[in-house]
Amino acid sequence: MRLLRIVPDNTNFDFIRFRRFSFPMSAILSIVAITLYFSHGLNFGIDFIGGTRMEVQSKSGPIDIAKMRSTLSQLGLGEIQLKEFGGSDTVEVKITQQPGGEQAQQAVVQKVRSALGDEVDYRSVDVVGPRISGELLHWGIIGIFVAIGAILLYLWFRFEWQFALGAMIANVHDIVLTLGFMSITQIDFDLTSIAALLTILGYSLNDTVVIYDRIREMLRRYKKMPMTDLLNVSINATLSRSVITHVTVLLALLALLLFGGQAIHSFTATMMFGAALVGTYTSVFIASPILIYLGVGTGRQYVPDAPEEIAVESPPTAPARAPAPARARR
Amino acid sequence: MLYFSRAKAAAILLTALVVCGFMIPNFFPEQTVKNWPAWAQRRLVLGLDLQGGSHILLEVDQNDIRKQRLDTLRDEVVRTLREARITWANAPAVRGNSVEVRLREGPDFPTAFGKLRDLSQPLGGVLQGNGMRTLEVVDAGGGLVRITPTEAAMIERTRQTIDQSVPIIEKRVNELGLVEPTIQRQGSDRILVEVPGLGDPARLIEIVGKTAKLEFRMVDTSMSAQDALQGRAPSDSEVLYEKQGDQRVPILVKKQALVEGADLTDAQASFDQRTGEPIVNFKFNSTGARKFGRATQDNVGRPFAIVLDNEVISAPVIREPILGGSGQISGSFTVESANNLAILLRAGALPAKLTVIEQRVVGPGLGLDSIKAGEHASIAGALLVVIFMLVTYALFGFFANVAVAVNVAMILGILSFLNATLTLPGIAGIVLTVGIAVDSNVLIYERIREEARNGRSAITAIDAGFTRALATILDSNITTFIAAAVLFFIGTGPVRGFAVTLGIGIITTLFTAFTMTRLIMAWWVRMVRPQTVPI
Repeated sequence: MRLLRIVPDNTNFDFIRFRRFSFPMSAILSIVAITLYFSHGLNFGIDFIGGTRMEVQSKSGPIDIAKMRSTLSQLGLGEIQLKEFGGSDTVEVKITQQPGGEQAQQAVVQKVRSALGDEVDYRSVDVVGPRISGELLHWGIIGIFVAIGAILLYLWFRFEWQFALGAMIANVHDIVLTLGFMSITQIDFDLTSIAALLTILGYSLNDTVVIYDRIREMLRRYKKMPMTDLLNVSINATLSRSVITHVTVLLALLALLLFGGQAIHSFTATMMFGAALVGTYTSVFIASPILIYLGVGTGRQYVPDAPEEIAVESPPTAPARAPAPARARR
Repeated sequence: MLYFSRAKAAAILLTALVVCGFMIPNFFPEQTVKNWPAWAQRRLVLGLDLQGGSHILLEVDQNDIRKQRLDTLRDEVVRTLREARITWANAPAVRGNSVEVRLREGPDFPTAFGKLRDLSQPLGGVLQGNGMRTLEVVDAGGGLVRITPTEAAMIERTRQTIDQSVPIIEKRVNELGLVEPTIQRQGSDRILVEVPGLGDPARLIEIVGKTAKLEFRMVDTSMSAQDALQGRAPSDSEVLYEKQGDQRVPILVKKQALVEGADLTDAQASFDQRTGEPIVNFKFNSTGARKFGRATQDNVGRPFAIVLDNEVISAPVIREPILGGSGQISGSFTVESANNLAILLRAGALPAKLTVIEQRVVGPGLGLDSIKAGEHASIAGALLVVIFMLVTYALFGFFANVAVAVNVAMILGILSFLNATLTLPGIAGIVLTVGIAVDSNVLIYERIREEARNGRSAITAIDAGFTRALATILDSNITTFIAAAVLFFIGTGPVRGFAVTLGIGIITTLFTAFTMTRLIMAWWVRMVRPQTVPI
């Protein structure tokens, strides 16, 4: 049986030279994302701005949204958003935070229930008061910074500071682009979005670390290989794994996106964009090439002759060199 | 790397088997499992988003606590000064966050100030004192003494208030006859009430949101309520309102309570035999009965007010002394409001006001849909990944699939053992773990392939592949684990469910990669003695 080979053996793509294209592109995309963030903003869910969200399903046939809108607008509850949700018989009702403290928020539900009567089922009702919403946003932002900090610290211990810094730049790049995606699609930005962002962080780093691990191994083993070659070899060697892993994650996410239901739709959509699309690109095209600028392996050429690995372990694209003594170091 | 002693192999398999075994109770109906030994009863709990239900977060009203504390503090100051026969220039009064009193300056001032300073106690009792005190007593000059409760003392009081409130809330919720409610404190000033299956928590909110402080007080008939509203109310009386239809009628009542709700032993909703209106019957304990009997004896022919949370329910005239220790409250009750009041009176009053600050309700329909969605997504995700691995790695793909299946079973086992709550995001975490778990296998296989390409023999390539890939697997998974841990600490509810499954998934992934996958590979190598790597 012939096995599926997504990435052919012995790829030899010059990722490092490609940085002349990928870096400006990422810079432009990041600027676009930041501009979008400030011009369109995020579609904050009630988790973060407080208010009421109800998922209302009609007991008989499709819902007349216009009629429901006029019924609800008579309640004097301020801005009300109505949107079809999953099907024509289900509507998502969002009501902004009411003036008058915590109790005013809770009173909204009773008003809506008595206005809409028995013709509908309430599939879900969420009321978040001003205190909780403030806290959730606060902790969400803190969480992202703590996560980045903790991961950096770990990478610093396990690798060197240049790697930690490179990973952080890659991280910020991921988050900025994902926020841009959320801004342009106006996906609900709620607690699950924070979960998605943190998972994207972890996931993109997972990928970056795999390549860094290989770079570190190569640095120890081939003391004389020029840095650009070394990075290219490392990325090419792990390329097949990167692609296969991302296909499996994409497949898992695709299943969640198609069958996981409306409740986690914004979560999976964000994950799909962040983890599968941006995460891979970042670790290959940003996190690794950037190590050159951060000064990893500068001055390598002057390292005096060190015993090389045994011949069979020569990397696919290592430059020609003198036959090495057949002696393993470990 | 590929050699396992018999004992080690057995230990690995046994661990996996035991951990997987913990998920067994989930496949049997709850009734069956109940007859099993206690350690075997642990099972997954479906989150409110899957089984439907209400989540209500209550917060104690800090202002209410502070106000109560300042009021009692003022009374303490008055009593202390009176007992010591010290006269004041201006009576003690609550001002801002303190109680202020202006004493007469002169030779007596230091003794008086000393008395007031003695009101302050070491926080947490004398024995476990940590140097902090309950009050800060300051001489503000000109005879003015300012007494302020310390922040630490207020925090302690809030904590105590919550401790006292939880059992009362528990009683009230249980009286409503709801199934398996959970009531727990959250942080220092919050209580979380979760009730599975409750689709409309309106009544629950009404029941838990009431302080239910019941008082029997005399009506002050020395002047009309209208006059009192003009600002001439006697200092020991206050104007409260009674709801009559849509109107709120003012009534002037004494501040002092004859009897309080704490002296009740029972309360039941019932109907008035003559009018057929809903009423609430109550019984006093012996102290309450004595106090109430004496008060009614002294005041026959005069009206008294039944006050609940500073609102007059009714103000009947005492026709005869009530000595039996029982009575009835009538007001404009509906059957439900009479029932609610009876529940509140039986459960007792809360020490301070609680406010609902978050409400999340999932109806049963959405819950069922979410379970179905979770099932479909899991099956579809698993199928896609399994097929992809088979197509990519054939036999090794099969090995990977076995490892992933064990992995998922172990996740479910651990979650069951922890009695963890499974939410829809939690299911997403498991599906995502399937994607991440195969990554460890992909790393190993790709490394083996690379080693083989570099000219190693099959067995040394496999051995080297494992050795090198495992270090990478460890590093890469720890970063994801850090993200999951952070998410666990900041997240609540469903998001926390996601963090838990993701975190556990990483641990089981590491376990299967380091043991199961290697073990399977070791067996295969020993049996087949491969000459080439089949990938």
